[in-house]
Amino acid sequence: MADLRINLAGIASPNPFWLASAPPTNTGYQVQRAFEAGWGGAVWKTLGDPIINTSSRFAAVHFNGQRVAGFNNIELISDRPLEINLKEIYETKRRFPNHAVVVSLMVEPKQEKWHEIVKRVEDIGVDGLELNFGCPHGMAERGMGAASGQQPDLVEMQTMWVKEAARTPVIVKLTPNITDITATAKAAVRGGADAISLINTINSLAGVDIETWNTIPHVGGKGAHGGYCGPAVKPIALNMVAECARNPLVGVPISGIGGISGWKDAVEFLLMGSTGVQVCTAAMHHGFSIVEDMIDGLNNYLDSKGLLSVNELIGKSVEQYSDWGDLDLNYAVVARIEQETCILCNKCHIACEDTSHQCIERHTDENGAAYLKVREEDCVGCNLCSIVCPVEGAITMLEVPAAEMPLSWNQRQAAIAALGNGKDSDNPGKKEAV
Amino acid sequence: MSMTVKAAYIPVDSLRRNFAEVKAGMKPKEAMEESNRCLYCYDAPCIKACPTGINIPSFIKKIASGNMKGSARAIMDANPVGATCARVCPTEELCEGACVLNHSSKPIMIGDLQRYATDWAIHNDSLLFSAGADNGKSIAIIGGGPAGLSAARELARFGFAVTIFEAKEQAGGLDTYGIVSFRLPQRISFWEIDQVRKLGVDIRTSTKVGIDVSVEDLLAKHDAIVLAIGMAKVPILGIEGEQLAGVYDAIDFIESTKAELREDLIGKRVAVIGAGNTAVDAATCSVRLGASLVKMIYRRSREEMTAYDFEFEFAKQDGVEFAWLSSPLRIIGDEAGNVTAIECQRMSLEESEEGGRRRPVPIEGSSFMLEVDAVIKAIGQLRHLPLIEQLGLAHKRGIVTVDTATYQTSNPRVYAAGDVVFGEGQGEAMVVSAAQQGKKTAYAIYNTLVARREQHG
Ligand SMILES: Cc1cc2nc3c(=O)[nH]c(=O)nc-3n(C[C@H](O)[C@H](O)[C@H](O)COP(=O)(O)OP(=O)(O)OC[C@H]3O[C@@H](n4cnc5c(N)ncnc54)[C@H](O)[C@@H]3O)c2cc1C
Ligand SMILES: Cc1cc2nc3c(=O)[nH]c(=O)nc-3n(C[C@H](O)[C@H](O)[C@H](O)COP(=O)(O)O)c2cc1C
Ligand code: SF4
Ligand code: SF4
Ligand code: SF4
Repeated sequence: MADLRINLAGIASPNPFWLASAPPTNTGYQVQRAFEAGWGGAVWKTLGDPIINTSSRFAAVHFNGQRVAGFNNIELISDRPLEINLKEIYETKRRFPNHAVVVSLMVEPKQEKWHEIVKRVEDIGVDGLELNFGCPHGMAERGMGAASGQQPDLVEMQTMWVKEAARTPVIVKLTPNITDITATAKAAVRGGADAISLINTINSLAGVDIETWNTIPHVGGKGAHGGYCGPAVKPIALNMVAECARNPLVGVPISGIGGISGWKDAVEFLLMGSTGVQVCTAAMHHGFSIVEDMIDGLNNYLDSKGLLSVNELIGKSVEQYSDWGDLDLNYAVVARIEQETCILCNKCHIACEDTSHQCIERHTDENGAAYLKVREEDCVGCNLCSIVCPVEGAITMLEVPAAEMPLSWNQRQAAIAALGNGKDSDNPGKKEAV
Repeated sequence: MSMTVKAAYIPVDSLRRNFAEVKAGMKPKEAMEESNRCLYCYDAPCIKACPTGINIPSFIKKIASGNMKGSARAIMDANPVGATCARVCPTEELCEGACVLNHSSKPIMIGDLQRYATDWAIHNDSLLFSAGADNGKSIAIIGGGPAGLSAARELARFGFAVTIFEAKEQAGGLDTYGIVSFRLPQRISFWEIDQVRKLGVDIRTSTKVGIDVSVEDLLAKHDAIVLAIGMAKVPILGIEGEQLAGVYDAIDFIESTKAELREDLIGKRVAVIGAGNTAVDAATCSVRLGASLVKMIYRRSREEMTAYDFEFEFAKQDGVEFAWLSSPLRIIGDEAGNVTAIECQRMSLEESEEGGRRRPVPIEGSSFMLEVDAVIKAIGQLRHLPLIEQLGLAHKRGIVTVDTATYQTSNPRVYAAGDVVFGEGQGEAMVVSAAQQGKKTAYAIYNTLVARREQHG
């Protein structure tokens, strides 16, 4: 049994699994049930000035029979009176002194407003604050949430105001609805943030009903953009976490959020630099008990790796995350098809033939049996065939000896520049994966 | 009625192939697809339908999440013989029968997923549990079948010093010797025994209580006893010719296929008397031993047959034939004392006056002959009366009387679980119920000897 305790910028928690600020953390009843089920911490549903929520709020994207590949909502922050929330937060913390109780806040971008709410919340005894600069809908119209979260100067200023009043650690929650996540992450750090959490939800419209032509969801025939989350957003969140983790100007602990549904997802976020993780959609889909396998699976994983503490995972893959210009252009992999495991669906062949590099050949052996073979000299190692192959282990991407010494685009450009001939004209600009 | 004899020679290595596990384990892709199909129901009906209460959605979720050790642990935690049960439980009557997807699609293949997870643990030789801190108390368990092993495992986790006394050469009871290899290979039972032994349980095999050790000795040396001796041999039919060579007790007959495979039934005609689970197993074993014709003889009809539907289907697929509404009158032999035929008579069913199962009554002058070379008796099992009486326990015709909450017998220091308490409407003769009862005795013993004492300071 490994040690699962974490400490995120001074906020201690028995394990890295927190519930994100959202419907699961709306009331004391819920948060206490969650702690009983095993969750290590919870970020209370965002508190702020009273709002009204609509009826009909959520929608989901189901993908080929699997429910909730993605989840969409047009819910705002807490619609319960502040006093009641504060009373329940107090009771929850008293019952669970060793669990992390963090409170999410969102008010108008005014110094006295922030000072006031920080004071009221800290007075009841909480472990930390999370500033919600990320809600993509509803609140932005009032100059809050994503509206302020998209402007680095507003992020910095408001964080500063909070830090003037706060005694507990301050986490700034970032909106993904921005081109460069590190711009607002750095602003939060300049403002004095002790940690950042990301991502909040991504602007989305879940769908259009092709019978009624209404939006999904709709409120009395009208729709508005919502926020997207759940398994579908994980890669977007993971990239943003990694970008922050590897940026030296960010340099504060990260609470990873976005599409985390099981212990493996959590391990990935930890490896990419998160100190802990937050979960919303998976809990909404299956209930609080899913944390049991998250904890058990993580524990067994750490044991199998011979690691004594979950902290040994944090950031271990960050160094591997780099820029395209630093990748070795001479590294090569090719696809190889395992005839024993192949079920001859020909999906790899047609994928390569129609949409990649036309190098999976269809053959017939001396007994008249069909088989497929990769023409390795023409294979560019794009991975497409292994992605579409439905059978585990039928296609392996094999590393082949490089013809030449490792050389990245940046090294190549530098070498050319050093030669000083300046004749290389194929692409002087920056290369990016597109 | 005469039968034609197929002259066949089947080499013993093909017989061995006949006794290899029939059903293949799930492939990884199958397990992934099936585990992701489970809805992870809240307060799931499948859990309630499992006599040992395995948290089925949890173990399935763990397969889906790639937490295989956790999955195996979730299964084995609730059921110390969970790998065996994955193969031998009548799942359509239990967990799978209760799955909510029966209504909208197809039930989750819970048994196969359970096998997938426990096979992983067996393959990776995982030790899933550890013994509790020594609590100073000592328990003797008589019988190392599923009930005894299950009690031992739980008692060891509570910190008791546990000794199992097992008459046979190996523990496992009918899991090791009674359930046919093509459904349950012995190595599965051996792994489960090993899991228990590794918790420090002393398993004394080839030690028959009442013969090799005395009941008084056990009562003197241990704080409590768990009686888990199962049932005994098949009773006599009470008809002429039962002593002839070629007449077998089904339990002994099946046991003989667990070690060396006999070749003397190749091409022979076999009659099996009875139509319960054991009768089906004896019949399918005979087919697999090369018999040219296997006929089950039952005095009632298909409807009253106590074997499960899947067993009946399996027997039919193996080519077993059925003589319904037929009852044996006498077994006929030649001068050398070998079986040559069995004489039966036809029955008809009459409503019984008490309103129970319809009663078979002979039809006058309907007797007929079946030429056979062997007769296997599978008409239920007797009880280990001598030992039960030596222990001085209250019983009804060998069915030990227990308190169904604690499984305590008339002697408060003796508990009983498994087939030894089955009958008269009490319990079910299944591996899974034996396992659950074994657990319950352990909890009751813990509550009586440790927890209660702690409460009183
Ligand atoms: C042929 C057959 C097929 C079956 N198939 C299935 C099936 O598919 N699915 C299912 O769920 N159930 C099946 N059953 C039923 C199942 O095997 C039993 O219900 C179960 O094994 C009962 O467990 P137990 O521990 O009570 O008894 P047993 O398994 O009978 O174990 C009792 C043990 O006690 C030992 N013992 C007895 N007397 C003494 C003594 N004096 N001293 C020391 N040790 C002693 C015995 O040697 C034995 O090892 C089958 C039974 C038979 C006979
Ligand atoms: C219905 C709903 C309401 C939410 N409300 C809030 C909120 O009040 N404050 C906040 O910071 N984030 C809110 N979120 C965003 C979540 O905290 C989280 O950042 C996001 O859902 C991504 O995590 P997931 O993929 O695990 O769901 C909400 C999400 C959902 C689905
Ligand atoms: S889950 Fe269903 S019943 Fe519950 S509040 Fe939402 S719409 Fe109503
Ligand atoms: S996609 Fe996979 S299974 Fe299908 S033909 Fe190609 S290698 Fe075989
Ligand atoms: S009832 Fe069926 S779908 Fe529901 S948890 Fe059990 S196995 Fe899964």
